[in-house]
Amino acid sequence: MTLRKLPLYATGLAVFLWTVIPIYHLFVIALSPAQEAVASGLVPKHPTLQNFGLVLGAQHNLVQYFWYQLATSAFVAVMVSAITLAVGACANYAITRIRIRGGRAITNIALLTYLIPAAFLAIPMYKTMGYYRLVDNPWSLIFAMVALASPYAIWVMNQAARKIPRELDESAKIDGATTLQIFWHVYLPLMAPTLVAIGTYALLLAWNEYLYAFLMLATEARLTLSVALGNFLVFDDAPWALLMATGIIYALPPTAVYYAFRRYMVSGLTAGAVKS
Amino acid sequence: MSAVVLPAPAATPRRISDEAFWGAVLITPYLAVFALFVVFPVAYGVWLGSSPTAYRKLFQDPIFFSTIVNTIIFLLVAVNLKMLIALGLSGFFLHEERWVRWLSVLFLIAWAAPSIPTILSFRWMLNPEWGMVNALLFKWFQVEGPGWLTERHYGLGAAILVHIWKSLPFWTLILLAGRMAIPKDLYEAAAVDGATRWQSFRYVTWSSMRGLYITCVLLSTIWSLGDFNSVYLLTGGGPIDSTHVLATLGIRYLRQDQVDVALAAVIVAMPAVIPIVWFMMKRLSGEHVQD
Repeated sequence: MTLRKLPLYATGLAVFLWTVIPIYHLFVIALSPAQEAVASGLVPKHPTLQNFGLVLGAQHNLVQYFWYQLATSAFVAVMVSAITLAVGACANYAITRIRIRGGRAITNIALLTYLIPAAFLAIPMYKTMGYYRLVDNPWSLIFAMVALASPYAIWVMNQAARKIPRELDESAKIDGATTLQIFWHVYLPLMAPTLVAIGTYALLLAWNEYLYAFLMLATEARLTLSVALGNFLVFDDAPWALLMATGIIYALPPTAVYYAFRRYMVSGLTAGAVKS
Repeated sequence: MSAVVLPAPAATPRRISDEAFWGAVLITPYLAVFALFVVFPVAYGVWLGSSPTAYRKLFQDPIFFSTIVNTIIFLLVAVNLKMLIALGLSGFFLHEERWVRWLSVLFLIAWAAPSIPTILSFRWMLNPEWGMVNALLFKWFQVEGPGWLTERHYGLGAAILVHIWKSLPFWTLILLAGRMAIPKDLYEAAAVDGATRWQSFRYVTWSSMRGLYITCVLLSTIWSLGDFNSVYLLTGGGPIDSTHVLATLGIRYLRQDQVDVALAAVIVAMPAVIPIVWFMMKRLSGEHVQD
């Protein structure tokens, strides 16, 4: 009996190690004093929280703008999430409930955006932001991320909206509700689980984004944290312990948000995929 | 005009115009975003990347051909390996033991956490001189570890590893959902017919999931083509520009202010990308028709 389960246990162990090793390493280095982050062993010899102290106190050249960068990351993420939700819900309502002409075509061209490799679109997007005079302005990143997130939002919302019976709209109409009242009082509450999933998705997408932020933002105090982390590498002898500590602080909020909304995320994510 | 009799019982004219009005208003924000930040950049990009000199410069750059080779290796190995492992793991996560459930929650962390810190963790771990991997190799086995990030093939291999590490949970989840959608009685019927485990995989699991699997492979191919982070943050395209893929090469030209060459590098991939996108569009939009 146990022997038959051996492959299962072996797979489990492999999955565990595969997942944990890079994250474990991140913590080992972050908890090591600067000089011990080099050729480190499996456990830190003199574990310390001093790296986290340096970051939170902004007491090192490389983290002197830490709090500004954290604020920029948060501002961009919240804005992208809110705008994507607003733009996506409005478009989805027009397409699936009002059934505007050309709704299907709009869904399809939106889908096309989703299929452009992100790094490819980044090049003309950067030049476009220059043309709009938005370079080095957080709004360039916000608009770019909304453009990348909203096609997926519309697609997932289209799948979800089909499950809401149209009879609800009809009966509200008979009761004399206007289009906007139906949107606000019937459609939005019923779509709430999907909106949570999409809002979280857009929030994390924006918080985690590196390339677009790296191209479009330049002033050090106005970078997002992801770009600030990448900039550690500019120095030949990057202070790795400090970098790992900053990385952990940067990674905690989105990971917590993901796990808090995991159920919504997973069902939203797989809703569209399974049927094909 | 009033003589025209409508055959269907229509709503009052006022309501139709109210709906049409709000339909137009509500779709406008998305159309504006799409026009300003997708259509315009793409058109601007095609225009900027349309000079023949850009392509001449690109083809004369010795890095270009090694980049094409790297990109093909990266896509073939990373995508297929990732999807095969995801297919296998989706079967593993089907087990209902409590610890498997917990492991599946933990497994998601690679997908949930932002990629930058973990890629940098890999980078430092694999550093040939100061990283933990080679330090432990030496301590435990007295072996001088290879230059994981300073030799072309190891560097590309490491980038593939990091790419797979990051995106494996996502695809496992999708394929797991696909497996869970297969009706249980198909397996029971196969068992009654005396099917072996391989046969029940081959004739039940695979034949139900083949379409989904192909969709995932194609989608993953396109997205992996746009993976800048795994290469840039791990090797930076080095040593001596030998581990670039098209995504990092394009951005490299852009940072050198050679926008036309950057766009040429992206546009040369289009003959491969467009057929996949076309095929995917048919698959994904076909789904809307189904119900």
